[in-house]
Amino acid sequence: MSTATTTRPQHPVTPAGSRGGPVLLSPTYVAIDLRRQLRNRRTLIFLVVMPVAFFLAFGGGYRTSDPGAYAYVMASMTVYGAMIATTSVGASTSMERSSGWTRQLRLTPLRPVGYVLGKVVVAVLLGVVPIALVMLTGAVGGAELSTGEWIGVAIASWACSLVFAAFGLFMGYLIPAENVMQFIGPLLAMLSFFGGLFAPLDTLPKAMQDIAPAMPTYAVGMIARSPITHSGFSATHLALLVGWTLAFGIGTAFLFRRDATRG
Amino acid sequence: MSRAADDAGHGSETAGQTTIGGMTTDTPALHLAGLTKHFGAVKAVDGIDLTVGRGEVVAFLGPNGAGKTSTIDMVLGLSTPTAGTVEVLGLRPYDAVGHGLVAAVMQSGGLLKDLTVAETVQLTASLFRSPRGTAEVLGRANLTDIADRRVGLCSGGEQQRLRFALALLPDPELLVLDEPTTGMDVESRRSFWAAIRQDTGRGRTVVFATHYLDEADAYADRIVLVRHGRIVAEGTPAQLKAMSSGRTVRATLPGADQSRLAGLPGVTSVEVRGDTVILQTRDSDAVLRRLLTETGAHDVEVTSRNLEDAFVALTSDTPDDAAALAAPTASTTGSLR
Repeated sequence: MSTATTTRPQHPVTPAGSRGGPVLLSPTYVAIDLRRQLRNRRTLIFLVVMPVAFFLAFGGGYRTSDPGAYAYVMASMTVYGAMIATTSVGASTSMERSSGWTRQLRLTPLRPVGYVLGKVVVAVLLGVVPIALVMLTGAVGGAELSTGEWIGVAIASWACSLVFAAFGLFMGYLIPAENVMQFIGPLLAMLSFFGGLFAPLDTLPKAMQDIAPAMPTYAVGMIARSPITHSGFSATHLALLVGWTLAFGIGTAFLFRRDATRG
Repeated sequence: MSRAADDAGHGSETAGQTTIGGMTTDTPALHLAGLTKHFGAVKAVDGIDLTVGRGEVVAFLGPNGAGKTSTIDMVLGLSTPTAGTVEVLGLRPYDAVGHGLVAAVMQSGGLLKDLTVAETVQLTASLFRSPRGTAEVLGRANLTDIADRRVGLCSGGEQQRLRFALALLPDPELLVLDEPTTGMDVESRRSFWAAIRQDTGRGRTVVFATHYLDEADAYADRIVLVRHGRIVAEGTPAQLKAMSSGRTVRATLPGADQSRLAGLPGVTSVEVRGDTVILQTRDSDAVLRRLLTETGAHDVEVTSRNLEDAFVALTSDTPDDAAALAAPTASTTGSLR
């Protein structure tokens, strides 16, 4: 059929050992993706400027008058900031799928599930940024928390942000890229109200107060503030949080499989 | 050549280790059997059988919608065949990709605009177990000077060279290019192919889809013509050109009698444009003899058909053209299906 095979040198056959098998998680990928997110001006506004600005706006008035309320708003804003950060990373999968990036990744040994895993890691790491900044602002502003309370708020709001990473991924796989952020922005604002992040729940309309306890933000808010309020860290809230995380995780897995087997 | 000898030695040293899928040097780079892909009622790929030997450079040539990209997607494991099988170096596509044995340069997309060129390469390299060095592939794809440029600021040709650099990372046995130069200007196309050609000199197998004839002609050892999801012809560029053995006779002949011209020996088509007549014929000598002796034809020109004519005829939607062109030569040149 062709004589070319005999006239060209043969490319070496390489043993499997040196080629390796599937890759599940690449620290280099996580590092570069994190750097990319931090370079994005729009992301920085959402991550850095907004949580701190909201904290100053909502909590600034209590700074000297009501230290308890000041710390309460600070904890709410760490939750809000971490939520924005993790959700936006999760939702970035939508754009990366539509641009063909995930398809390009399928031409590498990275398992598709490894891509999702990497996004979770990037999301949770990026969530550290607003938490740290809001708490730093609080400390500079004179918030009086015990060492245990500082650490408690930081760890609780950070750990709880996992549910929003799952939420962002679910949205990223559900909604087309062109309108994912328009959709998620208002949704996050609504969830924030349900969680009592912007205003105490008892100032909201009755109907909202009734729905609120079922929302993931509500549980996250309660748990993240619990080191200060010394209440709210209950089995019910933990179960609600785990339930939502699983629901978004399973939903993402379902959409992900549909995505991977398409065509 | 010394590299080949080294590799042979290397192969025997590691013979005790697990080799991929029991692959030997006889294993073809690519083997497609009865490959079929239907999207609902559309038969994008309709039964393709093809074997590509190791080290071959094969062009998949066909018009848009011929099924080239659908075939490539199945070769890369990006989509599942409706029927038939794909073997890449004796492995399922998914495993071949997992072992870095096959890599591809896709038509468009697949890059993150806000990463730099170098970051994209570093990131992708980290997904392979033993990749080539970042600097090496940047150099081979002629990207060293723009390594720090954001991908979104790169031209189409530069982005395509970046995709090529990424494809080189696993040092694949089989490199697949899906219409790699679509939308590039002449200079970019030339520079892209120069990089590919340099690379194939090392013995890599390359399969590329294209609808540019000159690319297929210039770079392929073998051309596979596809149309409506089927292979309609295959052979070396020379064999395919020979298939279109007819000639075109052009002459000035005022007041030409079209039906009389159609009756000349071996004439398959007659076209009259003002005072010019254009005849397609399988026997140009006889046509010339009659034209010059029996008519007032002058300024006569005879040209042989080129690869483009073969391409148009073989992939055209009117089956008569293909049949008329192919029939007289099928037994003597490259295989026709």
